[in-house]
Amino acid sequence: MNGAEDQVVGRARLASPLAWLLMMALVSQVLALALGSVDISLGALVAVLGGDGEALHRTLVLELRLPRSLAAFGTGALLALAGALMQVLLRNPLADPYVLGLSGGASVAALLAMLAGLGTTLVAGSAFAGALASTLIVFGLAHGTGSWTPTRMLLTGVVMAAGWGALISFLLAVSPVEQLPGMLYWLMGDLAYAGSPWLVLGVAAASLLVMLPLGRTLNVLARGGLQAAVLGVNVRRMEWLLYLLASLLTAVAVTTAGSIGFVGLMVPHMLRLKLGNDQRLILPASLLAGGTLLTLADTLARTMVAPQQLPVGVITALLGVPSFLYLLYRSR
Amino acid sequence: MASLETHELLIDVPGRAAGRCLDLQMKPGERWGVLGPNGAGKTTLLHTLAGLRPARAGEVWLDQRALARWRRRELARWLGVVFQEHHDDFPATVMETAMIGRHPYLSPWQRESGEDLAIAREALRRFDLDHLASRLVSTLSGGERQRVSLATVLTQAPRWWLVDEPTNHLDLHHQVAIMSLLEEQASAGCGVVMCLHDLNLAARWCSHLLLLYPDGEACWGPVEEMLELTALERLYDQPLTRVEVEGAPVFVPRR
Repeated sequence: MNGAEDQVVGRARLASPLAWLLMMALVSQVLALALGSVDISLGALVAVLGGDGEALHRTLVLELRLPRSLAAFGTGALLALAGALMQVLLRNPLADPYVLGLSGGASVAALLAMLAGLGTTLVAGSAFAGALASTLIVFGLAHGTGSWTPTRMLLTGVVMAAGWGALISFLLAVSPVEQLPGMLYWLMGDLAYAGSPWLVLGVAAASLLVMLPLGRTLNVLARGGLQAAVLGVNVRRMEWLLYLLASLLTAVAVTTAGSIGFVGLMVPHMLRLKLGNDQRLILPASLLAGGTLLTLADTLARTMVAPQQLPVGVITALLGVPSFLYLLYRSR
Repeated sequence: MASLETHELLIDVPGRAAGRCLDLQMKPGERWGVLGPNGAGKTTLLHTLAGLRPARAGEVWLDQRALARWRRRELARWLGVVFQEHHDDFPATVMETAMIGRHPYLSPWQRESGEDLAIAREALRRFDLDHLASRLVSTLSGGERQRVSLATVLTQAPRWWLVDEPTNHLDLHHQVAIMSLLEEQASAGCGVVMCLHDLNLAARWCSHLLLLYPDGEACWGPVEEMLELTALERLYDQPLTRVEVEGAPVFVPRR
């Protein structure tokens, strides 16, 4: 086999799963736009997107469903990407952004904001601040006086998450009854108040662009810090970058849609079972698959027991857990 | 001369008060064996030589330059390390594992070329691993996994090999195969430093020895000067018998 052929083979190996995932992403968007209180046929959908169509369809698709489905896609992409990065950082395939207490910090801050009677924007801002504060606390404590190790970091995060969990229960217990449904929805994830999708989509695309050239470096880092250092990786700098980026992604996602579990853990892990662990493939694949999963989950959440809406986090868990267990069982 | 030297080096073994400062001058073409009982600091020394952990005092110099003044990426083309422990938390094939040895030679956007693949293939072939190329490393036996680590460093093609217990987990045939590979690398102009548990492998395959005592004492020199029965008995705190096989000394523990 000569060099040119190898190059082609390498590209094809990357290109075909990504093309497939991209198609799935488009299908999920079409479904999200078509399904709902009023089902819209494919023809009508094409007409609306082409600038024509009935006024009701135009309002439904362009003003309600499209922003929400794009926000779902972007949020899912962020969560899956953050999970993939955290797993490399902690050299642990079972790590996810929530394990480190990020969502816990965000949730406590958001619930406090709700209790104080603040509006949606301030609740979101408060959640963002809570996520970042939790990040700094975990990283600072894991750093401690001794050395920084993935295990120590994971333990610090897990303990912090447990602490946040207790605070959340406390806040729920002392909150007035009429505020509980809103709080619970937020805790289980809800895209109803997502707002403009451009922030999540932009952050997802930008971080993929930052991380793609570092893909091979991440592959080496996944083999352990010492091995990576010997192969020329500046381990400390990479770990900081991974941690800050993953935290930022999670914070933006949590701010947009509340706390949605399982996506960050399951999507990268499922992809690894199928595609191996080349981050140059796993990172873009996570972005696409995470976005697709959350778009589908949100569509189900809107339609399953309509007119009532379910929290999307329930759906991601209900969809994700069996398929994850199945893949795990089937894997070598 | 791309020599590896230590200047007044004191390795940082936790809980050890002091010790003999090491002033080693290791030259390309030499095969250094580091011998010592468990906990004497063999691995610590190896990691210090690779710049992976700071020394308590003194410096390591490579090619007339202190290690601290090397860029990590540049150093990665000069120094290869075979570790005792492997982290296979994520699924990876044998070929993918060997290919990470090419990392120091590739720029961020560059993909591995056919040439890199050929180098990795040849390295796998050298260790009888070509038929396992697409197996997951987590499914290999201990000895096979150890050979993959050596193949990864062969793919990396460094000028200095720092090898921690290369014969761990290996059957006799592959022990000899690895020792002759390291000998071959040395005669091709590379330097080799290896921590060994097997005194007789060291006696047979090393050109120089460094004895590390648990109290921090140390002595070093050409192999024929170092294979002193009393010194070795003191090193391992174990009575030994010396016999000659094919003109070479062999040491056997006495009961």
